[in-house]
Amino acid sequence: MSTTAAAPPAGPRLARLRVEHAGLFRQMRFFAWTFARSPSALLGLALVLAFLLLAAIGPWIVPYPEDAQGAVNLARRLQPPSSAHFFGTDEMGNDIFTRVIVGTRTSFWIGLTITGLAALVGVPLGAAAGYFGGRMRSVIMRVTDVFLAVPGLVLALAIVASLGPGILHGVLALTIVWWPGYVRLIEAKALTLRSEAYVEAARTMGASHGWILRHHILPNCISPLVVKASMDMGMAILAAASLGFIGLGAKPPAPEWGAMISVGRTFMPDWWWYSAAPGLFIFLTVLGFNLFGDGLRDTLDPRSSKG
Amino acid sequence: MLRYLARRIAYVALMLAGLVLITFVISNVTPADPAALAAGPDATPEMVATMRREYGLDRPLPEQFLRYVGDLLQGRLGRSIQSGNEVMDDLSRYVPASLQLVLLAMGFACAVGVPLGILSAVRRHSLLDHGIRVLAVSGVALPAFWIALLLQLVLAVWMGWLPTGGQLSIAADPPPVITGMVLFDALLAGQWAIVGDAAAHSVLPAFVLSLPCLASVLRVNRAEMIEVLGSDHITAARAHGVVPRRVVGRLALKNAMLPTLAMIGLRFGWMLGSTVLVETVFDWPGIGLYAVNSAIASDFKPVMGVTLTIGLIFMLANLLVDLAYGWLDPRTRSA
Repeated sequence: MSTTAAAPPAGPRLARLRVEHAGLFRQMRFFAWTFARSPSALLGLALVLAFLLLAAIGPWIVPYPEDAQGAVNLARRLQPPSSAHFFGTDEMGNDIFTRVIVGTRTSFWIGLTITGLAALVGVPLGAAAGYFGGRMRSVIMRVTDVFLAVPGLVLALAIVASLGPGILHGVLALTIVWWPGYVRLIEAKALTLRSEAYVEAARTMGASHGWILRHHILPNCISPLVVKASMDMGMAILAAASLGFIGLGAKPPAPEWGAMISVGRTFMPDWWWYSAAPGLFIFLTVLGFNLFGDGLRDTLDPRSSKG
Repeated sequence: MLRYLARRIAYVALMLAGLVLITFVISNVTPADPAALAAGPDATPEMVATMRREYGLDRPLPEQFLRYVGDLLQGRLGRSIQSGNEVMDDLSRYVPASLQLVLLAMGFACAVGVPLGILSAVRRHSLLDHGIRVLAVSGVALPAFWIALLLQLVLAVWMGWLPTGGQLSIAADPPPVITGMVLFDALLAGQWAIVGDAAAHSVLPAFVLSLPCLASVLRVNRAEMIEVLGSDHITAARAHGVVPRRVVGRLALKNAMLPTLAMIGLRFGWMLGSTVLVETVFDWPGIGLYAVNSAIASDFKPVMGVTLTIGLIFMLANLLVDLAYGWLDPRTRSA
């Protein structure tokens, strides 16, 4: 793949690739076919794609870009939804539709950071614990269990309370409570893989632990990892929004959904639409990632999915 | 069984020690100076220094940790800056209120989740099944605080069917304290008017709290029922002409209930955690609201107290599930 020799014309090259990797193509087609059979998986895919698209281009398509970071337009404060302001305006006269759309990007990086960092910490620990076993496993798993022994939101709340409120601290706190899930997942998988015949064979032939981990253990962990990560994107966004709602996460005027609901709550019940719109976006995002993850599991890891 | 029991209890003790260490570390990484916070906003540097000596904050960390553990063993969680009370006293008032919500929510989740799971499994791939599964996924994806606000808006503010928040009407006299849970205390005292009032106040928060649990109970029960219904002994029972109602209700449900019960036990602690959101919306005087108000005011002692309490209850609930499992299914004892 890394050859830089003169590239043949695109047509034949693709044809050659298709011949050389026929198995891979067949598998991909099969995955796509299984995935597309489930309406709920497709709905999830559509919601996730819409979310990613809004996160990518949101700031350029919103009607009032200057409202995203909090402008002051007191002349049009707290207006009900209208054709000019689909979701109404907030107490500073900012367009709520604009802020919700731009909030997509905030949520995207929040979800990506928490999930990414948690996997980055959890996967190596889980692989080491499951593959090497013994004392290393007991130590890693006991520490993991301690973190899993208290509901994540409560522990995150305690951490943010001592670090001080703010979006970065919220993300940090949620990462600290999120990695143990990955250790558990990968450890269980690695534990079953280490006694597989091909791993034993590799070891007999003198392969190093590093080589076996790279070539046998980790590649086999990818399916459950992808499934968990896609579900966690949604759950992490929800958790961060929860912190924002309590008043310990993102601070207004940062366009974050949970914080918007938190401020909007003080304008209940007369200006109820203020809180309604950001909540709907959280719901659709989390729903999308959950359905998408469910569909992925049925496709990639059918044995572990029930029902 | 005794050895199994001893091992599980030792394990819980170890986890608890770990959690104590975590809360100690969290309280000590704080950028804010606890002594300055305790001394108040207009304290002089000398007062802060006195405070620091008094709380032992000038001692080396290991010594502070030992002191912390010693205090915990005596049930001393420190004093709340906000309320001025011992955290332990505050907790003994707030924990029952939260437990009442969690118990009601759990009861509701089982009462609705189990039958829906069975229905979904028996009518697999029907429109009903799809509808129920959509409900289940939505239950997990709905932001609790948002649906709480909407229900409060529609049912309490607009329709006026239910109270907007709190545990009892202001005019109502609280019943004599027996369990600390207002609803059950009123029941025990036979004060029916108060029972009605307390129940009306509990409906919305308990319902919102139950949604994620309801969703998982439903999912697990459905999956287990499908698996059990496909197993050989069920096929054999059917072939012998056992009526379908009996097959589903007696034979299959019995086997499917074990994982469902385990799920319910695991969810117990999680629900205590979710009270943080639900109680904030409904102004419910429980540990969730206590933790949030204290956290916002940088009042750490109560936050750590709540964390430890929820952690302890969570571990005990898990222990009970483990023991019940080990008792019902001896194969799991070696794990």
